[in-house]
Amino acid sequence: MSTNTMETQVTTSALCATDLRVETDAGVEILHGVSFTLQPGRILALVGESGSGKTTAGLACMGHFRQGLAKGTGTVSLGGGEAGNILDLPDHQLRRLRGKTISYVPQDPALSLNPSMRIGEQIAETLRVHQIGATDSEHRLRVAEVLAEVGLPNDRAYQRRYPHQLSGGQQQRVGIAMAFACRPSVIVLDEPTTGLDVTTQAVVLQTIDELAERHQVAGLYITHDLAVVAQIADEVAVMLSGDIVEHGATDQVLYSPRHGYTRRLLAAVPDLAGKRRVGQVEAITGEQPLVVPGPHGVPDTTGSTALVDDAKPLSGTGHRATPAAADPHPLLRVRDLSHSYGEHQVLDGIGFQLLEGESMMLLGESGSGKTTLSRCVAGLNDAYTGSIELFGEELATGTRARSSEDRRRIQYVFQSPFSSLNPRRTIAESVGVPLQMSGIGDKRKRRALVREALDQVKLGERFMERRPGDLSGGERQRAAIARALVNAPSLLVCDEITSALDVSVQASILDLLRTLQTDHNMSMLFVTHNIALARHISQRLAVLQKGKIVDIGTTDEVLDNPQHHYTQELLANVPTFK
Amino acid sequence: MDRSYQVITRMIAKRLLVSLIILFIVSLLVFVATLLLPGDPAQAILGQQATPERLAALREQMHLNDPVFVRYFTWLGGLFTGNLGYSAATGGPVTALLADRIQSSLVLMGLAALISIPVGIIVGTFSALKRGRAFDNASTGISLVLASLPEFVIGIGLVALFSTSVFKILPSVTMAPPGEAVWNYPVQLVLPTITLALVVTPYIVRMMRATMLEVLDSGFVEMARLKGVPERQVVLRHAVPHALAPVAQVIAIQLAWMAGGVVVIEFLFRYPGIGQALVDAVANRDVQVVQALSILIAAAYIVVNLLADLVGIFTNPKLRTEKAA
Repeated sequence: MSTNTMETQVTTSALCATDLRVETDAGVEILHGVSFTLQPGRILALVGESGSGKTTAGLACMGHFRQGLAKGTGTVSLGGGEAGNILDLPDHQLRRLRGKTISYVPQDPALSLNPSMRIGEQIAETLRVHQIGATDSEHRLRVAEVLAEVGLPNDRAYQRRYPHQLSGGQQQRVGIAMAFACRPSVIVLDEPTTGLDVTTQAVVLQTIDELAERHQVAGLYITHDLAVVAQIADEVAVMLSGDIVEHGATDQVLYSPRHGYTRRLLAAVPDLAGKRRVGQVEAITGEQPLVVPGPHGVPDTTGSTALVDDAKPLSGTGHRATPAAADPHPLLRVRDLSHSYGEHQVLDGIGFQLLEGESMMLLGESGSGKTTLSRCVAGLNDAYTGSIELFGEELATGTRARSSEDRRRIQYVFQSPFSSLNPRRTIAESVGVPLQMSGIGDKRKRRALVREALDQVKLGERFMERRPGDLSGGERQRAAIARALVNAPSLLVCDEITSALDVSVQASILDLLRTLQTDHNMSMLFVTHNIALARHISQRLAVLQKGKIVDIGTTDEVLDNPQHHYTQELLANVPTFK
Repeated sequence: MDRSYQVITRMIAKRLLVSLIILFIVSLLVFVATLLLPGDPAQAILGQQATPERLAALREQMHLNDPVFVRYFTWLGGLFTGNLGYSAATGGPVTALLADRIQSSLVLMGLAALISIPVGIIVGTFSALKRGRAFDNASTGISLVLASLPEFVIGIGLVALFSTSVFKILPSVTMAPPGEAVWNYPVQLVLPTITLALVVTPYIVRMMRATMLEVLDSGFVEMARLKGVPERQVVLRHAVPHALAPVAQVIAIQLAWMAGGVVVIEFLFRYPGIGQALVDAVANRDVQVVQALSILIAAAYIVVNLLADLVGIFTNPKLRTEKAA
């Protein structure tokens, strides 16, 4: 991570974008004259929330415009400008630059690697179309070389693997190897570590940093994650609805931001230490106005309730009175829970308990079994062995076998609000379904309850007749939460519910959950891969690895004094700033 | 690799077993259905003037007096040994009667498949590549019209166009002398083949277009373009192979449909295939032939679908290879 000095001697820039404007096919301008310059060996981070136009800007540098966008205007020139304006080049000339002089690392390698081509072949294809190396054996040598550079095995057998035979981190490293294969001078990285766990993310970031430095490649790093920016970028440009609102050296932008938007964005980033009170900020994106105006969220209950204390600045010691773990009547008690898919053991002897009004975070990377565990608790997965008790009574394994009262008591909120709401139903209809299922009240009573639930999630009556398509991601997730709340459950299972959302929306959702927890004394199982949220949402923390709980205790205990090396490793790799 | 080999063998064995079970159920259904056909086969053969003694003798000869399940198992056993019984109409063995007919029908279906599959895939691919432009609109419109027309309407339309009213260049019926192979008269094959191909192609075009559009929007196609891969290679190497797997299923269903759909078209063009044979057999109460042909067409359905499943297995590396440890 190089020192950030704006006074670095200005040599020839690697890429210079001036006054980039992009319109949709319908003629709506979504990029309003964006300009930036990339220097060899340095990385510029383009930061913004979804819809801010950062990916559009990144792809415009490669002369690529996605479906629905018209060709942009402005100039993008490479190096000394011999190639002319990229935006004006005919297709065949553009093709010669892409992958060779300017390359791209996609957000989701699982989607961007061709599933039916061997990985070695996919890298070799780039070399072949750009005529780097004349023979197959030369291609193979270069493939082996770049695979080694990104820290992957490079033997013949590995090159013959298919993408699905690699882990997410390995897939992304293949993507990076492919981007560096032709020794480009500019590389556009589009959120390359989103979806990776922190340990893998750290390795990938380090790889990118080293390679950019070694080969003097200029990087454009597109991301929404400010903590990652602190680690990798030399300069930062902050984007808001198609404009760059702040641009400067990383230190300056992150530690003394000038623009109000940057400040609010920074305030919404959850930090591991829990120093920032995430969620007290107004949701930032303009599309996310809250119905209830004025100071919202947890009424300032400083010191009055034990439960909100977590959300407040922590001095580092656990001063909260957690009820003793051996409480005789926990709300939820899971004992010796195991589950396997075929020969693959997903959960292996899980045991924990959850008290009334308590929030517990289940932390784990993808494949750790955290979602399977929460689905078992909710009864959506009925093939487990072991026991799950609610209020001291053992639950039947599947939802079908459980009583409607048991089903009412445990409610589930899914990860993606984009797929968990029926697009053909109004919000009121969707939220009313659990009431219908448990046969509560008549139509009028149910409608009143639905309105109340929507009020609780701060959506209000005017959302009742809308359909999910008219709502933003955050609003949809609120509606999904309202659906879970409408039956007044005792336990809310939240499965990665903020992962698909922007940080500012995430902050407002966290705020909402904290309020609900205190107001209704509801218990919560908060499943996530993001350890930085721990101090903002949970009193207790369980770390899952390969189907086993490797660390469990109060959030402070686990974070301050991790017992298992896996937890220690996670904590060591959390990207932070400040 | 050994383990994945095992997995795939087991998968294929399972599909085969399921196919056999379905075939067995179909044989039961066919047998029961022919029992339910009105009329008495013996009466149908001997006609109204037959004496009761002769009818009784014929029934005895045809084992019509045996209990139903005995007759079923005799027939089922015959299926395995290649003995499909004797035709009531001609008196000869059913196998001999059908051998030529099956060959003729296979020729017709094979030709139609040879035309419709490549044409369907190519037109569908171009449609997707030219999304929203003239070629796409034309091919989508035409395939919709063709798909909504019944096969006999298409056949009659072609007859009117090429052999009776407009041009008189192609024969409208097949008139090969009995015993001679149909392919000795290629001109007579043209209209039936085109009709069959026109019925089948639109479905392949529409499915290919739909899956191709989806694949063209996928991440790996965008990535291939951003790697600088030439457009031709993007389409042929990255997009088409992925679009083909779902299309293979549609092709299978269409081929299977042909085995039955050929009946109408053969009747229309007086083509000496299994369709004609089936129509004749039903008219003559020729129970053995009806049974044999029904089971044959059912078997064709099952085999073709099985082949489509195998194509699906072999083109998907996820099913062929082991997952990452």
